[in-house]
Amino acid sequence: MLQSNVVTHRKKKETRAAWLLSLPAVLLILLFSIVPIFLALTLGFTDARLVSPEPAKSVGFSNFKTILGIGVLTLKAERDDSGAIKIDEKNNVVYESLRNYTKINSESPRFRSKSELFRFGENRKAGTVKVVLAGDPLFWKSLKNTLFFALIVVPVQGGFGLLLALMVNQKLRGRNFFRTVYFIPALTSMVVVSMLWTFIYQKNGLLNTIIKQVMPGFQSFAWLENPKTTMPAIIVLSIWQAVGFHMIIWLGGLQTIPAELYEAATVDGAGFRKQFRYVTIPGLRHTFVFVLVTITIAALGLFTQIAIITQGGPLDSTTTLVYQVVLNGYAKQQIGYASAFSFVFFALVLLISLIQRSATKRLDQ
Amino acid sequence: MKHLKRSMSVMAIVIAFALTASIFAAPAQAAPETIVLWSHASGHKEEINIAYQIAKDFNVSQTKYSVEIKAFPNPNYNDAVVAAAAGKSLPCLLDIDAPVTPAWAWAGYLSPLTIDKKTLSKFSKTAKGIYDGKLYSLGIYDAAVGLFAKKSVLKSLALRTPTIASPWSLNEFNDALAKAKASGKFDYAISMGTGWDGEWYPYAYSPLLQSFGGDLINRKDMKSAEGALNGPEAKAWGEWFQNIFTSGYAPKKESATERDTGFTTGKIAFSWSGNWTAKDALAKLGDDFVVLPPPNLGTRPVIGGGSWQWAISSTCNNKAAANEFLNFGLQSKYIARYANDLTYVPGTKEATALSVDYKPGAPLAIFQQLASKYALIRPATPAYAFISTVYEKMTKDIIAGANVQTALDAAVDEIDKNLKNNNYYKKKK
Repeated sequence: MLQSNVVTHRKKKETRAAWLLSLPAVLLILLFSIVPIFLALTLGFTDARLVSPEPAKSVGFSNFKTILGIGVLTLKAERDDSGAIKIDEKNNVVYESLRNYTKINSESPRFRSKSELFRFGENRKAGTVKVVLAGDPLFWKSLKNTLFFALIVVPVQGGFGLLLALMVNQKLRGRNFFRTVYFIPALTSMVVVSMLWTFIYQKNGLLNTIIKQVMPGFQSFAWLENPKTTMPAIIVLSIWQAVGFHMIIWLGGLQTIPAELYEAATVDGAGFRKQFRYVTIPGLRHTFVFVLVTITIAALGLFTQIAIITQGGPLDSTTTLVYQVVLNGYAKQQIGYASAFSFVFFALVLLISLIQRSATKRLDQ
Repeated sequence: MKHLKRSMSVMAIVIAFALTASIFAAPAQAAPETIVLWSHASGHKEEINIAYQIAKDFNVSQTKYSVEIKAFPNPNYNDAVVAAAAGKSLPCLLDIDAPVTPAWAWAGYLSPLTIDKKTLSKFSKTAKGIYDGKLYSLGIYDAAVGLFAKKSVLKSLALRTPTIASPWSLNEFNDALAKAKASGKFDYAISMGTGWDGEWYPYAYSPLLQSFGGDLINRKDMKSAEGALNGPEAKAWGEWFQNIFTSGYAPKKESATERDTGFTTGKIAFSWSGNWTAKDALAKLGDDFVVLPPPNLGTRPVIGGGSWQWAISSTCNNKAAANEFLNFGLQSKYIARYANDLTYVPGTKEATALSVDYKPGAPLAIFQQLASKYALIRPATPAYAFISTVYEKMTKDIIAGANVQTALDAAVDEIDKNLKNNNYYKKKK
């Protein structure tokens, strides 16, 4: 009886100490994370502007409707006097103007102030085509670009980081030198990295020069002027910058695996491959979850490289969600709209993190 | 007893505070009242030094007021002002980029200036920031854009040298680009300055649109961009402008090297650039360097107008001091110093006469004529910041090869929606 009393007392004391110790962090997170999230949500329902003599007023769900609004419209082909469908010189059907539906004073409120995202289901015989319209096409383009970036960066950066960690974990001479070299980009500001790589990707830059050395027939071009190559170029420099950081995390994980396990495996006759499969991989479960979640969140927040190098271009091929938030809030001064936008982004990241969390729960136990 | 002890110690503290306060307060009564000027030129040594000099001279010239300068880096300057306005902590004096004046005046950041009529009449119209009929900002210097060229290149390509009286036509300009490219002597025919970002786009390229007959917005009522930004003139501009890049006459996105040295090193034949880069070109090319007037692309030659100006905040509680400083700083000798140290265009005739490069007959004198003859102020509407952002993206899309009419229509729709959502930026009653 007495003993259990002492235990409860001690437990209580520990709980109190735990709260006390975490208080500064909890307060900071509340003040700089939780409160802003709710402020953003509240502002998202208003038309708050950055520079304006008018106070913000409530606009209901209209910001969210603009961001997420989608509509499908069927356009009819133009016909000549005989009723035949008009065809232009490139053998494309000429359709009626989309703008009659989408301009600000159009008579169809469902399509007003929406813009074309893409067309599909063309029926040349009947002379119709379906057009998908969005309230903010840049949201969907940014979503696509951001997800594409994350989809490539997460596995490649994570995998490459592991490879580097395995390499610098060997007992070879000068391994601290290699660890430092691989880690240096992670210590360099992304702004500086972006500027440097801008030079590398120029028409007369380093990359084209190197390729020309290997393939003399190669036609040099500016990598950041082509909508097809710009995002891959951004992906490469992003991985180059951040991979060293994740190498260190993996390395930390590798070093928590007890050496006895490898010794035992060697005694049992397991070679490098089997050791990797049955000792290393299981030993890195927790590290894997951590690396996965941190790279995903960092990748979804892609901004600095875009702001410095491409400003979303060329032709929206590198615009991202966070870039649009900043552009809408500061350059376009629509704080209310940008707040709604950033809340949608927050919800998206939360959702993806929760899915990852539940998928990796088994690994983490 | 305990109670007494506590009250005594409280008293001691109060007395101590009172004493120190009086020590600090005493000289303050005799010292001049300090007002603060915010500048965007931190990191630009030559420019901020002139501002420091003006403040120093002003502080010595009289004993009533003292001006103190706080400098911010240019890219963050506007954000700092907006944040300070939201926190009601604007300084008395601030500098302001000309197209921003209407928005800040509309938002109630600024107070109208009281500059005496005689001084004001000396300034060019682009140096004045007027909104709703009132003067809110005044430029100590102006800016102008011109077509940079080399006399030797004009000669070797057998091109007519255009003059202010007879600038190049659209065809002559196109012909010059084609000849420069065909000569095979240059990497590119022209540098359009695509290596710059932000306000440069509307400042440098919307005048070309206006020369074709289009505009950023219908200036009559400032309520819509329909027709101005997407009419046939705008379409003609867009297709012509796009062609400069798709035909390989100009780099789509200049590197910093191409932008800063492409023209002076002879790798690029012409350059569409501003007076602030002329000092370098003049130093490197000397007599061979010539600034040509902008081409007449349809209606008339146009360039942008308005540069950084001075303004007084509405929360300034010493407007007399602020106005006195402005009148002091606008003396010709200071304006001439901006012209001499930085080749900034002087905004008055007196200052022009004092300047080395701008006085009549001097190599850069043409900028002054361009500014007074061809400059068109960017639309004086609080919506300008929005329009400028939309125009920049639209122009970048056109350069990258977007369908011109679609890009123009999209920009018009976005601008018109913003105007409507803001109730056409009506003045608050």
